[in-house]
Amino acid sequence: MTAVAPAELYRPAPGPAPWPRMLVAQTLIELRLTLRRGESVLLTLIIPVGLLLFFTKVRLLDNERELGGRPIDFIAPGVLALAVLSTAFTGQAIATGFERSYGVLKRLGASALPRGVLLLGKTLGVLAVEVLQIVVLVAVAYALGWHPHGNPLAVVLLLIVGTAAFSALGLLMAGALRAEATLAAANGVYLIFLLLGGIVFPLTRLPGAVAGFAKALPGAALATGLRRVLEAGAGLPWGDLGLLALWALVAGIVAARTFRWE
Amino acid sequence: MADAAVEVAGLAKAYGSVQAVDGLSFEIARAGVTALLGPNGAGKTTTVEICEGFRRPDAGTVRVLGLDPLRDSRDLRPRVGVMLQAGGCYPGARTLEMLQLLAAHAAHPLDPRELLERLSLTQVARTTYRRLSGGEKQRLSLGLAVIGRPELVFLDEPTAGLDVQGRRDTWQLIGDLREAGVTVVLTTHAMDEAERLADQVIIIDHGRLVAAGTPAQLTASDGAGQLSFRARPGLDLDDLLRGVPAGVTATESAGTYVIRGAVDPALLAAVTSWCAAQGILAQDLRVQQRSLEDVFVELTAGPPAVTP
Repeated sequence: MTAVAPAELYRPAPGPAPWPRMLVAQTLIELRLTLRRGESVLLTLIIPVGLLLFFTKVRLLDNERELGGRPIDFIAPGVLALAVLSTAFTGQAIATGFERSYGVLKRLGASALPRGVLLLGKTLGVLAVEVLQIVVLVAVAYALGWHPHGNPLAVVLLLIVGTAAFSALGLLMAGALRAEATLAAANGVYLIFLLLGGIVFPLTRLPGAVAGFAKALPGAALATGLRRVLEAGAGLPWGDLGLLALWALVAGIVAARTFRWE
Repeated sequence: MADAAVEVAGLAKAYGSVQAVDGLSFEIARAGVTALLGPNGAGKTTTVEICEGFRRPDAGTVRVLGLDPLRDSRDLRPRVGVMLQAGGCYPGARTLEMLQLLAAHAAHPLDPRELLERLSLTQVARTTYRRLSGGEKQRLSLGLAVIGRPELVFLDEPTAGLDVQGRRDTWQLIGDLREAGVTVVLTTHAMDEAERLADQVIIIDHGRLVAAGTPAQLTASDGAGQLSFRARPGLDLDDLLRGVPAGVTATESAGTYVIRGAVDPALLAAVTSWCAAQGILAQDLRVQQRSLEDVFVELTAGPPAVTP
């Protein structure tokens, strides 16, 4: 222990750090905390991998004409969409809701950290987790015999716009509801999306009215868009991208207006 | 005051029908420790949170380091350290990680490990926040307030719920901050804490200013102090009073002598040397000044809360 006199140690030397340093610190803590939470690993990795294995090994999906290809070619894009949803929406909403109720957002808001850098750090944390998920899921899918098509850039673009839409929705929910309500609602929405998002079975199996409703949701837009590219080798699916961008814009504006920091 | 650290004028804030702060005005000089003292619900936390920029006042003005806490938040926040009354940490983050995170926000932060040592938290450096004891959480929260080397810190109930050792460590750190020239503003409902730590005490009740001054000024015996001792009965009190300032009175009751007036070292010396001159050993000699607690009870007309 160095014996620095307290008068020297605590002598005021205030000032903000350069924002890139704050951004790196925020991104790293978001990433660490996410990976440390058992339930978020379950949500982000174990469930998607389980779905991949289940629907390729147990032949519930066998109508290849309806699926547009083999079961793995159908299920893999859907599971990628689910991975984005689980991290950008469900995980982020729950974590942010509790951060608000624990006063973390208030505490960070009282430091030199600008809110924009905090949100950017959260977003980079989400993207980093998604990269990890996608690496694992793509590896598992390949091992199960997946043959993706299409332009990888189109896939990346869909994933990014999808992330923006789901992040905005997650922050909208976390900023408006109590933490416990967010926990319940975010899990509920995850389930709805799993069933109505065209993830594990085609939307055509749904009754007409339900299918119409499901198609307007961002989940179906992301899953369908990814499938058009990866399964059918289509170019940029502008319709799906446009719908996702609209969700991102509307949810983002509403979230920015309604978000409460404490 | 041109160089005031905090200036509050005509501050008012209501939550629904509850008037939490009601026309409060005070000034806090730079450097030194100032205690906002008051019973629970007096408006201390609301006042501090307005100064920190968390809340918008209904009326009145607040200047912190000459800046508006809301409008100039961006310039002000890096210069001010904040200790919330509770919470403020990721439950899953480790003690050292929280300090490192806040250190990353400052241009010239303290070394997180050295600060852990000073806060007696080295043992729990790798423990997550949710597993810390109440006292450890409090000390970490204090550490988060000072790690950026701010020129002003707001500490909301820094010793609430601490054990004796934790309280002493916290007092030590506040003393160190004071020595380093940091302006410390703390809230407390513990009299002894205010009396012991503060250069200036601002007493608040029902959102209003009740009194302000140094502990010595507030407890100054406006004739309220007294000296007492026992000796053989029948001493010549007139002779005693000739040697002390005017306004001091003396009474005897069966060998117990009570001298009332402004008790100061000179009066004590005068009384004891008079006793010595008489060849008397004054037994059970007692000096009783008003404590801050007496002042507080008088001013707020209610008993102070007891620190757990």
